[in-house]
Amino acid sequence: MTAPTTHPGAGPGNGAAAADLDGVTRDDASLRRFLHGLPGVDQVGADARAATLATRSIKTTAKAQAIDLAIRMVDLTTLEGQDTPGKVRALSSKAMRPDPSDPSCPATAAVCVYPDLVAVAKQTLGASGVHVAAVATAFPSGRAARDIKLADTRDAVEAGADEIDMVIDRGAFLSGRYLQVFEEIVAVKQACGPAHLKVILETGELVTYDAVRRASWLAMMAGADFIKTSTGKVQPAATLPVTMLMLEAVRDFRLATGTQVGVKPAGGIRTTKDAIKFLVTVNEVAGRDWLDPDWFRFGASTLLNDLLLQRQKMQTGRYSGPDYVTVD
Amino acid sequence: MAREQARIDVRKTYKLYVGGAFPRSESGYSYEVRDAKGGFLANAALASRKDARDAVVAARRAQAGWAGRTAYNRGQVLYRVAEIIEDRRPQFVAAVRSSEGLSGSRAEAVVDAVVDRLVWYAGWADKLTQVVGNANPVAGQFFNLSTPEPTGVVAVLAPQGSSLLGLVSTIAPAVVTGNTVVVVSSYARPLPAVTLGEALATSDVPGGVVNILTGDALAVGPWLASHMDVNAIDLVGLAGTDGAAEAATAMEVAAADNLKRVRRAPAAEPDWTREPSLSAMTDLLEIKTVWHPMGV
Repeated sequence: MTAPTTHPGAGPGNGAAAADLDGVTRDDASLRRFLHGLPGVDQVGADARAATLATRSIKTTAKAQAIDLAIRMVDLTTLEGQDTPGKVRALSSKAMRPDPSDPSCPATAAVCVYPDLVAVAKQTLGASGVHVAAVATAFPSGRAARDIKLADTRDAVEAGADEIDMVIDRGAFLSGRYLQVFEEIVAVKQACGPAHLKVILETGELVTYDAVRRASWLAMMAGADFIKTSTGKVQPAATLPVTMLMLEAVRDFRLATGTQVGVKPAGGIRTTKDAIKFLVTVNEVAGRDWLDPDWFRFGASTLLNDLLLQRQKMQTGRYSGPDYVTVD
Repeated sequence: MAREQARIDVRKTYKLYVGGAFPRSESGYSYEVRDAKGGFLANAALASRKDARDAVVAARRAQAGWAGRTAYNRGQVLYRVAEIIEDRRPQFVAAVRSSEGLSGSRAEAVVDAVVDRLVWYAGWADKLTQVVGNANPVAGQFFNLSTPEPTGVVAVLAPQGSSLLGLVSTIAPAVVTGNTVVVVSSYARPLPAVTLGEALATSDVPGGVVNILTGDALAVGPWLASHMDVNAIDLVGLAGTDGAAEAATAMEVAAADNLKRVRRAPAAEPDWTREPSLSAMTDLLEIKTVWHPMGV
């Protein structure tokens, strides 16, 4: 029960692959030819493969390791219109010390906020090593003029963001204007400067798995450091099959070009059980190289609390409760 | 098809009652339930610690909504449960009869007592505050009011002997004041508890307010006693089990970690036919006192 793997262009392992990829972004027609030439996704097969991966049983020491790894991979997120500097400060403190009662609990990877709150987060986090990620480019819809998106990005970077989460222009992508999407990602990547760029595909709006695969390749060819499933504002958000497809894409992209790209599922991952399913999928589909906060992240807010509850259960041997973690 | 085929039995699957649904045990285990004479009655689900965990989550989720209802409405719901049990009387009589080995008339009397007990507690719903609450005289310009509030999620180890009357007599005082319960039924006599769950599911009791696990109180009890999201535990079901004293001590120690309210295990199972005291309710309440400025 294995989903077909992607063998794009000249195929992995072929020395000509890198050169081929340079050519495909020359103009709209060749880009479309390349993206539509990617093998189609067997939807039933992909769903079935993801379902079998979700049945793995991870227990005891392996589970403890998985929980700690998942905590280190969390991008602790707050993206509400009602966010305040106080809330961001509280969230940043929580990112540094998720479980104040247990010093052995690792910090999360990053805090993810709107650009206007980057400075607040940066100030609280200081040199703790926890990154600040900012959503930019007219998040979450991405419907604004390009110079506004670039200004949004520069703003966030100047305020101190280490990572930029951009959204692709789904309107352009779905109507087939691939080169426009491509050029926009390239431009945002330039505006990012030293900051890492995560490209949000918003898979809930892409409708088909084929489109997810195309968008993944498009984003990676345009220079994304990470590809991210969703904004969290659209349902369905990060599902296991979609994340699996994106993991296949980054694996194949590395085979084809030698460049490793990270994956970030975001939205809808609420329980430790779910998170472990994703980790199993990372290991089985992309491989161990991706089992690291530099290459795989969870975009989540409530997930962290459940991870902490499970961690407390494993440490103390008794079930914990929501009274023993913070209310965000 | 010359010979007439015998009709195949359609046997009932006895399941747990958690969050308003009827799941099988997460563990997949079941155990044989025998009647008073040792004959096979049914296979009941054997609840595991994970079922207890799920039940606590369901109870916690239901608690705020249940406590937020008016006391009058909670009384009505409890009265409705009494009505439904009355309506299903033959089923309850049969369950008690086979489980406890009682005669027909004795089993009828038990179900009578169960219905009366529910009506009795239903009546207390909107009267208890007047009895145990108070307007305290204080030396200052304040209204000083003490009112009872539900404690939260209550774990109940139900009596081992009285499988229906004892069960109802431990659940009803907990839920009538706005608590939600996770109850572990009698191990040897779980069938009346399952039937009660089916009655509760069809009688306006919101899902998760009462969660019924069938299985071993000595196996599941410690997990509930140490659970940090359980606010009180009733250990009455330990009376008469093997090693009850040691188990009760261990559970009380575990319960101290988050300062659970504990109803201690009696030496022998109480006589459930006697009219209950208010302590069955008040043991599971917190008294909240508020100071309110007067004449402002």
